[in-house]
Amino acid sequence: MKLPIYLDNHATTQTDPRVVETMLPFFTEYFGNAASRNHSFGWVAEEGVELARTQIANLIGANSKEIVFTSGATESNNLAIKGVAEMYAERGNHIITAATEHKAILDTCKHLEKQGYRVTYLPLQGSGLVDLDMLRDAITDKTILVSIMYANNEIGVIQQVAEIGKICKDKGVLFHTDGVQAVGKIPVNVLKDNIDIMSLTAHKMYGPKGVGALYVRRRNPRVQISAQMDGGGHERGMRSGTLNVPGIVGFGKAAELCHQLMDVEMPKHRVMRDRLKAKLESSLEETYINGTMEHRLPHNLNMSFAYVEGESLLMGINDIAVSSGSACTSATLEPSYVLKALGLGDDLAHTSIRFGIGRFNTDEEIDYVGNKMIEVVNKLRELSPLWEMFKDGVDLSKVEWTAH
Amino acid sequence: MAYSEKVVDHYTNPRNVGSMDKTDPNVGTGMVGAPECGDVMKLQIKVDPISGIIEDAKFKTFGCGSAIASSSLATEWLKGKTVDQAMQIKNTEIVTELALPPVKVHCSVLAEDAIKAAITDYKKKAVAAPALV
Ligand SMILES: Cc1ncc(COP(=O)(O)O)c(C=O)c1O
Ligand code: FES
Repeated sequence: MKLPIYLDNHATTQTDPRVVETMLPFFTEYFGNAASRNHSFGWVAEEGVELARTQIANLIGANSKEIVFTSGATESNNLAIKGVAEMYAERGNHIITAATEHKAILDTCKHLEKQGYRVTYLPLQGSGLVDLDMLRDAITDKTILVSIMYANNEIGVIQQVAEIGKICKDKGVLFHTDGVQAVGKIPVNVLKDNIDIMSLTAHKMYGPKGVGALYVRRRNPRVQISAQMDGGGHERGMRSGTLNVPGIVGFGKAAELCHQLMDVEMPKHRVMRDRLKAKLESSLEETYINGTMEHRLPHNLNMSFAYVEGESLLMGINDIAVSSGSACTSATLEPSYVLKALGLGDDLAHTSIRFGIGRFNTDEEIDYVGNKMIEVVNKLRELSPLWEMFKDGVDLSKVEWTAH
Repeated sequence: MAYSEKVVDHYTNPRNVGSMDKTDPNVGTGMVGAPECGDVMKLQIKVDPISGIIEDAKFKTFGCGSAIASSSLATEWLKGKTVDQAMQIKNTEIVTELALPPVKVHCSVLAEDAIKAAITDYKKKAVAAPALV
């Protein structure tokens, strides 16, 4: 077993060596511009791009003409929301999203609010799920778009996407979903899930960084999007700019691999995750799972270790790469807004750790991580005045703290 | 962000971890911070009532590695100082000694506050306690 262990697969994933191999010739041999229509260099590059488009479309049950390449999901989210807002401005000015969305969604919505759009940020249930009745009630005749992520990047909770899509369809409102954490990991089908627009990124599915896509439905309904960058009119006018051919080719290969491996990887990662969870829960008191386990990505675990601050925990397990919702790990001094949206107190949010299992993890690594976590949590609890008070039976909520 | 060697050292081998009897008249206890803020520091001193010298210091901290290191260092510095000398310890000295980056300055402020709180608690008790004969 090699250290350090990478268990932060929601942040990014290792590029699969098979993906890298597929990409390499497109840097040197087939370096043409996919938009060059009059020589073989261009044709070969275009062929590579079109194959990738098909591979990605196949993974999500779409038509290859419905895939628009971008620089990543941040751009895809911006393009989807701003593009729809601009295109459908005459029909309405209201957008609905949720409090636990990625910043690329929330900040884009805030930007639109400054321009006069109205945005509803739905609160979440304690489980991490959107309340469907609340969503239904929030839709007005001014609503043009609902944007709810497929699966959350911190707690891995999977939304009831097909139902949300159905509600939107019935009300004649477009439905966008940020599919970054779900696509390639669990079955996603734009038809069954009633998705009109979906953001994807290669680097969360064992592809390269800096390449993404936006699925834009072509029929039933035909979705139109205003381009957000002016230029040569690539990607059917929706996204100008010379295509990142090697990146796109790698993205396609990554999608193909995920498609092939999904049936094996899903149960495998679930077993590993459940084993880690069981180990931690059986050896440590006062641990809490954040978000429902029932609707969750099989490779995600998000757990709070009460009375142990997250960053100090990360420091103790420094040969393991994971993330924490603690404020001390962020520049803002605010703990995770996702955990807070679930109704978790700041005190528990500060003690949360996110584990993300991936293709290249082994059982041996999982056991190492479990043992190390237990050792460090116990050590830090010996150091924690809160643990001592808890053990002495002090009700921490009744203590008068000198907050600063 | 990488941690300085000294922070890692204090984190890995924290000095003077523990608790003393809060009701002992010679013990001063300071507890600062709040769980909601992600940091709580408990610092205790035991003072020799005749000489006014701090003979022992203990801490427990819930917080990041820098907060743990700051309080561990504080206990080292406190031992052997008089209460008045201890009152002079500045958070900036902790920042320098541990090479804390700007985002971690507040962890050292917390340590200074904890020292002051412990001394204040001790002095309050000393006034209340019957005079020694
Ligand atoms: C849910 C979600 N959406 C969007 C993004 C942004 O993707 P990208 O890094 O491709 O811009 C991420 C990753 O950081 C994510 O987890
Ligand atoms: S205790 Fe939060 S940054 Fe140090």
